[in-house]
Amino acid sequence: MSTTTDAPVGRGADAPRTPAADGRRARSPREDQNSSAAAWRRRLPLMPALLFVVICTQIPFLLTIWYSLRSRNLLRPEGEQFVGLRNYLDIFIDSTFRTAALNSILITLGCVLVSLVLGLGLAMLLDREFVGRGFIRTLLITPFLIMPVAGAMLWSISMFDPTYGLVNWLISIMGISPVDWTSQFPMLSIVIALVWQWTPFMMLLLLAGLQSQTGDVLEAASMDGATPVQTFVHITLPHLRFYLELSVLLGAIYVVNTFDQIYLMTAGGPGTSSANLPFYIYQRAFLGFDIGQSAAMGVVTVIATIVIATFALRLIFTSINSKEQS
Amino acid sequence: MGPHRPPPPGTSPTAARPRRRTVLGAGLAAGLGAAGLAGCSGGGSRDSLVVAIVSNPQMQDAISLIDHFTAEHPDIDVRFVSLPENEARAKITASVASGGGEFDVVMISNYETPLWAANGWLTDLEPYIAKTSGYAPEDFVPTIREALTVDGAMHSVPFYGESAFLVYRQDLFEQAGLEMPERPSWDELREFAGALHDPGAGLNGIALRGLAGWGENLAPMNTVINTFGGRWFDMDWAPGLDSPEVNRAVSTYVDTIRSFAQAGAATSGFGDCLTLVSQGNAAMWFDATSMVSGIEDPRSSTVVGKTGYALGPTELTESTSWLYSWALAIPETSEKKDAAWEFIAWMTHPDYFQLVGEEIGWEALPPGSRQSTYEIPEYAELSETYAKPTLDSMAAATQEQSMTEEVPYPGLQFVGIPEFQDLGTRVGQQFSAAIAGQKSVDEALEQAQGFAESIARTYGWEG
Amino acid sequence: MSTSAAVALPAAAPPSKRPKGRLTGHLLTVLAWAAGLLFFAPVAWMVLTSFKQESQAASNPPTFFFTPTLEQYASIINASGAGSYLLNSVIATACSTLLVLVLAVPAAYAVSIRPVKRTQDVLFFFISTKMLPVVAVIMPIYVIAGQIRMLDNILTLIVLYTAMNLPIAVWMMRSFFLEVPGEVLEAASIDGASLLRTMRTVLLPMVAPGVAATALICVIFAWNEFFFALNLTAANAATVPIFLMSTMTSEGLFLARLSAASVLASLPVVLAGWIAQKQLVRGLSMGAVK
Repeated sequence: MSTTTDAPVGRGADAPRTPAADGRRARSPREDQNSSAAAWRRRLPLMPALLFVVICTQIPFLLTIWYSLRSRNLLRPEGEQFVGLRNYLDIFIDSTFRTAALNSILITLGCVLVSLVLGLGLAMLLDREFVGRGFIRTLLITPFLIMPVAGAMLWSISMFDPTYGLVNWLISIMGISPVDWTSQFPMLSIVIALVWQWTPFMMLLLLAGLQSQTGDVLEAASMDGATPVQTFVHITLPHLRFYLELSVLLGAIYVVNTFDQIYLMTAGGPGTSSANLPFYIYQRAFLGFDIGQSAAMGVVTVIATIVIATFALRLIFTSINSKEQS
Repeated sequence: MGPHRPPPPGTSPTAARPRRRTVLGAGLAAGLGAAGLAGCSGGGSRDSLVVAIVSNPQMQDAISLIDHFTAEHPDIDVRFVSLPENEARAKITASVASGGGEFDVVMISNYETPLWAANGWLTDLEPYIAKTSGYAPEDFVPTIREALTVDGAMHSVPFYGESAFLVYRQDLFEQAGLEMPERPSWDELREFAGALHDPGAGLNGIALRGLAGWGENLAPMNTVINTFGGRWFDMDWAPGLDSPEVNRAVSTYVDTIRSFAQAGAATSGFGDCLTLVSQGNAAMWFDATSMVSGIEDPRSSTVVGKTGYALGPTELTESTSWLYSWALAIPETSEKKDAAWEFIAWMTHPDYFQLVGEEIGWEALPPGSRQSTYEIPEYAELSETYAKPTLDSMAAATQEQSMTEEVPYPGLQFVGIPEFQDLGTRVGQQFSAAIAGQKSVDEALEQAQGFAESIARTYGWEG
Repeated sequence: MSTSAAVALPAAAPPSKRPKGRLTGHLLTVLAWAAGLLFFAPVAWMVLTSFKQESQAASNPPTFFFTPTLEQYASIINASGAGSYLLNSVIATACSTLLVLVLAVPAAYAVSIRPVKRTQDVLFFFISTKMLPVVAVIMPIYVIAGQIRMLDNILTLIVLYTAMNLPIAVWMMRSFFLEVPGEVLEAASIDGASLLRTMRTVLLPMVAPGVAATALICVIFAWNEFFFALNLTAANAATVPIFLMSTMTSEGLFLARLSAASVLASLPVVLAGWIAQKQLVRGLSMGAVK
């Protein structure tokens, strides 16, 4: 069995692999001559999935670009014409778009950071044996499993309703007068609902990370006289780094595209103060019927996401690869 | 090297595997087959209609009575898509405008009918009306019938119609020694609201809509704009939302809410206000005349018999009113127009009113669409307090009586241009933000004016 | 201070921490319990509300003691069309998950065990489609579906859910395949087994838990999906999330009924998640976390 010249790109690109461990079949001389046939044989299992995704995502996106270059309002069909980049210019003077973009960033940052911290705290609490541990963990993961539509309506109606919501009743016990949460603090309400939903996600990932820490290192640290805080900062946190990065990345991917909560809790309001980008684009398309504008906004959002994602993914790829080597 | 799991001991490779893939394959095939069957539009002898309606109480009643329709038409299967007002409009408009063909019957209003008929999106209903016995189209309230007729032909038929008036708690007025005139002014209204406002006891002086939407908060607010002498566009299409008249109108409305109306008004729609009034938490409410179906219903209202009705509050005009009708139409894309008409005819026929009265209750009759409704003895008795204000308000629902100046578009509480769905909603959002205290009325109007200006340019305004 | 526990720790046990004293331990336990109950409280409130009558559900102050009733659940189960919403959700979820597995397993194979040349690029492409906002493509999808008369059709949802879950599934299955020890694959290929046979007889049994985890995640996302269902369905293909939204009427009170519907709608996924917690963790991290 000999290693061959084309390095396997799976399983961590940089890891030197012994022939026995990387599980690849030796290539016979005949195959080397028909390497393109062999390469296609390798690609074949991938093609159905790849084609499916390309057709379902890239083709509609090309159409979106096409729409973005035209002015078209569904309700006034006679007004459709080619307008080049004017839709894009209109976006940059649209103050609501800026608000929506800012809201997207704020909601994502707020939710991810808060739920990360809470999740870490909960993971640490769960990382020890105690009575009812499994039961408590089961309770803690439930918010993530509740249907998001149900969760959004639970928060906006059962919890936040100004007249009969549970939250206002609780704060009235403490002597605070009722607050109209979804009207006065729409962003906060949305972030609270999202944090409630996503903290279990963070907790589960970080708990797995904590539990992959072997006891020996911690014992050694404590025997060296390190306080719990020092142990945490200098040993646990670095070990958790991969998990923290993964949690942040995955959480951000999902939260930035949140639609359900905005739609059901505040409808982007009052006004458009709590609209995020997905909701605002939806509004322009399905309530404003301005196909050209909403398409242009979609394109701009996609470009921005790709730019940010490239940096984030580079991070995660190096992390994953280095982890696979360890 | 990463962690390796040793192969599970004792696994017999050949035995279990074919079963798993076979199960997967069979399951997939069965599932896709079932999906295909479900996805196919109904073959066979039963026609399946998809009806899109707004989830207001009168429509819910119709859904609950559907068995009567199915009994008369066993070959038609009706499926409802019932959504709150804003969502229903959005879905129906998207579908009809893009020719998506999801619906065979749609519930639209006197706003959409002229615009969509002009685009050829709606089926001409005159031939169908002609061959339906006992349909009596001349029985429809004249102003409404007029609003739904395009080029001499009705393109939608009314289910119920409404105007706007004021409901007030007569018992509370008597207690406080107040008297409501037949046609109050805005100053008087604010006086009454202030006198009765008692949030500590759970009573708001008045309930008013603040929920953003061109058919939600903008409906009452536009009548206020009208009666204070403001207008959206003048005859040259110059937008006037930043005029002093409009400013005074909107400020009055916003201030009245913030001083005397319910908390959470910025997100209160028709249903929320209805709940407030019928549960005794609001002393007055200015809104659609169709409110009576909920307020006077003993099953859900605690204030039956305590209410009085007056016409809408005015400032500079003879009357404050609006004209609105939820109507049923058939999109041109429907392939089941005959069956669709059968359903529409059932739901808007004079006989339907008898059915509702007997099965559900006379107070639940869809109001304001047919004149004969008010002549039904049981209903006449029930509607004693509000029949006259309703009909008067609808008769006064003309631009001559409710506006101070001429405008280049139809509509009282809406602006009858295609862009208004979007423009009105965006402006409604600004107003809603002002109601919530998030921005000043001046700021809201400035933004609103900006939106209106970009629309005005497409109508030839040079500005 | 030495602890005797250090040496004897089995690999699977949680790391032992230096005993801090029983008081701290008890405090931490109490804290954990408090946190768990606090997080669960809204769910408990929702379940409680589902057994109330409407006027009790919307009372101020909140009603804590009342006679429970099943009338909300009865109303939901007997609601017209309730069965069809459920059926649509089941069909869309099951079919899309099956389709995802059928497509993702070979694809994952092709980026792990017998990797194609540009595996990193392929992986990046897959995850990039996950990061792109669906709103950017919903209009063309809506228009195309309308023109081929596939609106309000369950097949449309199946196709879109499959596309939505494929990237995650490929990533997940890849990580499970990477765990298969080289020796096993060596042995199979030496035996002269073809690719398909190797897959069937050797690989799939080994990654069966991974397939289960992938399926669980796909089921969760497909079952809960709202945006496509909102825009692309009307009456015939509407799913459970749409039904849930429709319980929110503009007429009067609906909170108790909505709570009952929410409980029923969430039940399948909640139970699946409770039972398969380990698969859940694996799946949520797209296979990166064991």
